[in-house]
Formats: sequence, structure tokens, C-alpha cells
Amino acid sequence: MSTIRVNGQAHKVRADSQTSLLHVLQNELLLKGPKYGCGMAQCGACTVHIDGQATRSCVMPVGMVRGEVTTLEGLGTPEKPHPVQKAFIDAQAAQCGYCINGMVMTTVAFLKKTPKPSVEQIKASLDGNLCRCGTHMRIISAVRKASGGAA
Amino acid sequence: MKRRAFLQSSAVLVVGFSLSISPLHAQPAPDPRFAQVDAWLKIAPNGMVTFHTGKVELGTGVRTALAQLIAEELDVSMANIQLVMGDTDLCPDQIGTFGQLTILLAGPQVRQAAAEARLALVERAAQRWGVPADQIQTDQGVAKAPNGASISYGELAQGPGLNRAISGKATLKTPAQFKQIGKSVPRVEIPAKVCGTHEYVQHVRVPGMLHGRIIRPDLPGATPLEIDDSALRKMAGAPKVVRKGNFLAVVADSEDMAVKAAQSVKVVWSAAEALPTPEEVPQRLRSTPSTLRELQRTGQGADALAQAVKTHEAEYFVPFQMHASIGPSCAVADVRADRATVWSATQTSFLTRGSLATMLGMKSSMVRLIWVEGSGCYGQNGADDVSGDAALLSQLVGKPVRVQWMRRQEHQWEPKGAAMAMSVKGGLDASGQVIGWDYAVWSPNHALRPFYDMAGNVLAGEALGMPARFLQAGADRNAKPTYAFANSRVVLNLLDRSPLRSSSLRGLGSPQNTFANESFIDELAVLAGADAIDFRVRHLKDDRAIAVLRAVEKLASWDKRPSGNRSKGKGRGVAFVQYDNNATYVAVSMQVQVDDKTGKVKVENVCVAHDCGMIVNPDGVRSQIEGNVIQTLSRALLEEVKTTRREITSVDWVSYPIMRFSDLPSEINIELIDRPTVRAVGAGEASSAPIFAALANAIYDATGVRLRSVPFTPERLLAARQKQLA
Repeated sequence: MSTIRVNGQAHKVRADSQTSLLHVLQNELLLKGPKYGCGMAQCGACTVHIDGQATRSCVMPVGMVRGEVTTLEGLGTPEKPHPVQKAFIDAQAAQCGYCINGMVMTTVAFLKKTPKPSVEQIKASLDGNLCRCGTHMRIISAVRKASGGAA
Repeated sequence: MKRRAFLQSSAVLVVGFSLSISPLHAQPAPDPRFAQVDAWLKIAPNGMVTFHTGKVELGTGVRTALAQLIAEELDVSMANIQLVMGDTDLCPDQIGTFGQLTILLAGPQVRQAAAEARLALVERAAQRWGVPADQIQTDQGVAKAPNGASISYGELAQGPGLNRAISGKATLKTPAQFKQIGKSVPRVEIPAKVCGTHEYVQHVRVPGMLHGRIIRPDLPGATPLEIDDSALRKMAGAPKVVRKGNFLAVVADSEDMAVKAAQSVKVVWSAAEALPTPEEVPQRLRSTPSTLRELQRTGQGADALAQAVKTHEAEYFVPFQMHASIGPSCAVADVRADRATVWSATQTSFLTRGSLATMLGMKSSMVRLIWVEGSGCYGQNGADDVSGDAALLSQLVGKPVRVQWMRRQEHQWEPKGAAMAMSVKGGLDASGQVIGWDYAVWSPNHALRPFYDMAGNVLAGEALGMPARFLQAGADRNAKPTYAFANSRVVLNLLDRSPLRSSSLRGLGSPQNTFANESFIDELAVLAGADAIDFRVRHLKDDRAIAVLRAVEKLASWDKRPSGNRSKGKGRGVAFVQYDNNATYVAVSMQVQVDDKTGKVKVENVCVAHDCGMIVNPDGVRSQIEGNVIQTLSRALLEEVKTTRREITSVDWVSYPIMRFSDLPSEINIELIDRPTVRAVGAGEASSAPIFAALANAIYDATGVRLRSVPFTPERLLAARQKQLA
């Protein structure tokens, strides 16, 4: 039985090592941030950080996880949101919100490496994350806000 | 709330889209509880207002907009309102959340209920202080007397409730009094969505719950002939196959085990009717047996074309497309002998409850459907079907069951947005005015939705051989032109059945019909040598229609000239619609750049002028317009359901691509025309309607190539240009 660290807490995994990290986060830790979208790393809804790296948890076997897992819940709360979460709230950058986990997690990792991105760099960084509601314009303005740029 | 108003609005709704079912049958039986204010809302001692509505949040922002209406009429702050939505035990049957009808139909009901509650509170305060009711002021959940005394709603509402019938005596606020309506209020649930604390139906967990996965064929209509579940016996987690009729599923203790078990079961499927390939769909639509309906005839109808100086005709086509929700459909059900509970992301809590009850052999009153938000659906995705799957599976295994579809299943089994074929003939008189307009559309029905006591409307019920019955909706939406043509004929060929299982996708038939109508009027404008906006305005009499076109002309700094400029691959196009011929007015213009070599279309600036009457939340309306523009551009440029004769081959995001960040238009500029004294007619769908045509018209202007089949892929554009040159 393996142990993983999620949002600063150790968790003993009950599922077998081949189980996806996403299923463990959803079914054992009852986390609501990372979402099941495709199970094939095509849409980005399941994105978490492992040691700060944006990772698709739906294709990551839990037994392969080395390092600290951070989920959307680990960034901030509605009362004390992370600066990127706050920028998404300020930009009203969600409709159904199902993809937003991936958008926020990808953005947090991206801005660490590229603190002052251009719009083209923002689009490129999120190109692997799908949104069906058509919230893209607001997501771009949220990322610009979070990076200190004009919305 | 006026009971009569509620019933009338319900009947209107159903008449509007029902051909085969009488409105009386479709009308929900009035629930007498909602003749009382207390059924609609409760006020806690701390002042918190809990309001019950049958409408649900689909991601479009109605949770916030309805709360604004309550805050307005009740004089409480937004922070003190919470909505219970779509729970069949607690909420009124407001039929469903679709057709951008929430603000139009439920808005007045919700405002009336809130206004009645405020009046009841005011009368209590007046009685307590011995002053006339009209001297009591209310604000932020507090009633105030002329002498400065004040009392909170929480205190006034103490006791068994307000105990007041919806009298119709409470008057609604006028625009001059509005404090909340018309204000851009932040969406109430966005912080929870952005911070991972929002509960979706995918998160519902019930004690003792099993996980289920459904096993369905790649070819619709195929049934299981042989089932080999021997691989399951070696698996931990006690997975087992469950079968009833043609319904086949597995259940297991864990989700992973259910997924693995479903993949391990070997099934030999029967043959079934071959699917049409995408190339065959246009002809299939025109040759499938259908019922002809004349939707409009003015003047001499199509006969007037004989007097035309110039005539023109064209055929258009829009393929099957998907809702393509990011989250696969999911539901949880706990079915006992005498009581069933289903957690579902349906748009139609009461209709779906009825369908499921019939399937389960229970009375509707024994089934409670608790709505929980799902991934955005944009119409009928798999939400109803998966609710049927979970309910049937729970009944068969005698335990609560959670079912989530796999990505492949969502793509294959969601009811598709209907393909449609359109033919238009038109003619101009010597002055360049349209003298005749002859329009025909071939379309399947756009509504598969559960219908109260019919179980066959959901896949699980169908697999049990139970009958279905469908409301008829959507094929005729915006088939009639919005223009005042002296002579016109519009006919609908409503197909007896759809070549692919299909149901409501955002806008129903409106984007398709508007594609044909608004492309064709553009083609006639070219024939007349007229500017596309001026030509439209020349045929309009409605001031609000003209106003949106003139607004978009200004917003876009419209380059006034006949289209077909072909200047270095750059072009601009316009399209206009009055949604459903009676609701929201929208004009859209867009600029495109077409790559001469690759045929790739880059959408640059999109401008939208939008008049939906009274606006409740301007930022919410903008958000819906942005969503409609991007989602429909995705449909216009990329989307077509692919099939072979034996299977639906669009099964994931590679085989069914949707718009990505790199494909976005560079800008979306929106002008909202607010009319606070005019009935609010909704913003959830209307701006999806003119997008196909605006884009096709812009591509024509840029290239001289007229694309009449969606999607406008580079291959199609290059082929059409080749054909034109030949």
C-alpha cells in the first residue's frame, strides 16, 4: 500500500497501484477540484500539480506518483483564493465551470515559468485545455490579470 | 404568484413546440402547494431566504439572475438568498430549463412570489406598529416604520410561515425603482467553481453505493446476442454483469473495477440498420419519409417568382453535431421498493422523474429527483439517459448505484444535434427588391426529452422495449424569414425519424435555418448589387430589427459596399435574426482572413448587437453571447459527427475536435440594447443563430467562394474554389 501526499497531508492509498491518481483523489479523498473529462489526457479537466508541475491525473497511475500533489482545493478557498483563482473570479471566467480546474492549475504552473506572458503565450499554454461553454476570452483576461497585465 | 398566470404561461410554452400532443396533456398538474407563498420561499430567523424553483443552473447564470429578481422584489441582499433548484419534492414544476425561457417564463413567477412575500412581511410590520402598510419601508431585509423603528425579516417571519396565498395584489417594481435588475452582479457560484468546492453530480456519493458502467454497442440498435463474462470471475471487487432485456451493465464496489469489468465483458452484438455516412446524410434527409407542413404563406407565395427579373436558388446543409460536454454524463440512484431517489443533472426534473417512474413501475410521487449541477449541457446531452441507467441498475441490484459514462460513450450516445437540409429560391423585381421567397427545410425532430409517463424516451427504457412519445420542437425554429416579404412560402418536411438519434442542441433548428435564410439574403444582396446591411434594412419594418443592424454597422465600422470584394483574402460578413421570430434580436458581423494556399479561415473581429428586452444582468448576458459566438464558431469551422455504416467514429476530442484557444477570434465586441420596460426574452441561445451565416458571408466576401455546407473546413473551401474556377 502506497502513501501519497496531497495538499500537505499524507494519504494511505487503498486502491491498487494501477488506479489513476484522479480516481483516488475523487473516490478516496473526495476532492472536487480535479474532474474526469476524458480519461485520455486530451481535455485537461483533471489537471493537478505534482511538485508544481501541471500533470494530467486521469492517466497517472497512483503508484507512480512521487512528490507532493496539489489540487485546486490546495491553492485557496472561496474566502482566501489564490491570486490566480481571484483573477478568475474577478474576470467571471466560468460558466458551467467543469473545465476551470484545468485552466487554473495549468495557469498557476505556467505563470511560475512565464510571469509576464503575451496573449499569444497564454493561448499556447492553454491550448491543450478544452472549454465547451466558450469562456475562453474571460479566461485569457483572467490570466492577464493574474500576471499583472491589463485585463 | 398568480396561479392563472403560471398555467397560462405553461400552456403557451407547450403549444409553442407541440404538434402531436395536446397542451392539456402536456400541462403539469397544478401543485396546490405553490398557491401559497410559503412553498416558494422560507425566511430563517437570521434573515436567510431559501427560495424554491423548478428551473436549474446549466452554467448560464440563471441561479444569479433569479436571485437578483428575488432580491429586487423582496428587498433583501443577494448574500442572503439561496436557491433550491429542480428538486421534485421541494420545487414547483416549471417544466424545464431550456429554450432561453427561464427569465421570460419563470422570471415573472419568481418576482410575483417574492413580491407577495414582501407584502406579507410589510403587513405584519404594519400590524405590529399600528401604522398603515403603505408607510412601511423595506430595505436589505429590514422593515422600517415612519418613526424610525425597525425590525428584521427574520423576526417578522417567525412562526409557522407567512401563511399567505399568492393573491396577485402585490405589485411588481417598475424600472424606475430597480436596484438589482439591470446591474452586473457577479455570479454567485463562481468562487466555489474556481476553488474546487462546488458540488457537481459527478461528486454525489451515497452510503453503500456501487459503481456501474453501461455496456452499449458501437452501432445504435444492435442488441446483445452472446455475453461472455468469464473474465470477471478472476477480478477482485466483486464485479458482476447485470442484464434486463437489452440493457446491459456491470456493477462493482469501486469505480476502477467497474471500468475494468465493463472492458472485460465480451459481447456479440446483433446486426442493426446501417448508419448513413456523413456524405450520405444530406440525401438521406431529403429522402426519408416526412410530413409536410406549410409554415408561412404571404401574398402569392412562390408563384410570385414567375414575375421576377432575376432569380436565384441554393441548397444548404448542416450536419449532425454534438453537445460535446466536457464532463461525461453521470447520475446516482437509490431505488427501494417503495421509494426512489435519483440525483441527476437533467434539464427537466419533473419530466424525467415521470419517465423514470414509469420505467421503474412506480408512481411519480414515489420518486424524488434531486437536481445537481452537471457539466454544461447546451441542450439534451446524456444527462437524462444516464439517470435512467442509474435508476434501472439500482433497482436491479437493490443498492444505490453511481453511473458515469465513459468519454467514448458520451460521444457515441449523447443525442446529437439534428442535421438539416434547406433549399431556397428567390427573385428580385426591377427595383432590386425581393419579390418572392420559397423556402423548404428537411429536418428530424429536435426533442427526444423525457415526457412524463413515457419511459422509452431514455435509453434504458428503450432497451426494455418501453414506448416513447416525443414533443415536436425545433425543426421550424427560424424557418420563416424575419423580413417582410410580400410573397413568400415556407415549408417544413418533418422527418418521421432521424438518421441518428438526435435531440435539442442549443438553438435547435435556429442556427441551421438562419444559416440558409441569412446566407440566401446575402446572395440576393449580391445579385441586387447592394450592401448587405442596407439590403436587409430595405426589407425590414420592425424598428428593433433595424436598430440592431444599424448598431452592428457602427460597432464594426462596417465597410459599406456590395460583398465579394476579395481583397487579399480579407472579408466581412453580417447576419441577423429575431430568435424564434418572436424573441431576441441579434445582428452579428465578423471579419475574416482566409489563407489563400491552405484555405484556413481565421476569424478576427466579431461584433454583436443584442436586444433581449429588459436585461437582468448585463455581464451575464455578455457572457452568454461570448459563449454562443465561440461555441457556434466551433460548430461552423470544425464540427461534424463522423460515422461509418457500422459505428459512430467521433469518439473523443481527436476524432471530434472543438475550438481551442489558438482558433479563437481575436476580439468579440458586444453592444447590449437595454429596454427595461420591454418583456425580457432571454439570451441563452439567440446569438448562436446568426453565426454560421455571418461567417459564410464573410468568407464569400474574402474569397468569392460561397460555402453552403457546415463545417467550413480548409478542404471544403479549397474544393469549392477549385469547382468555381473549373
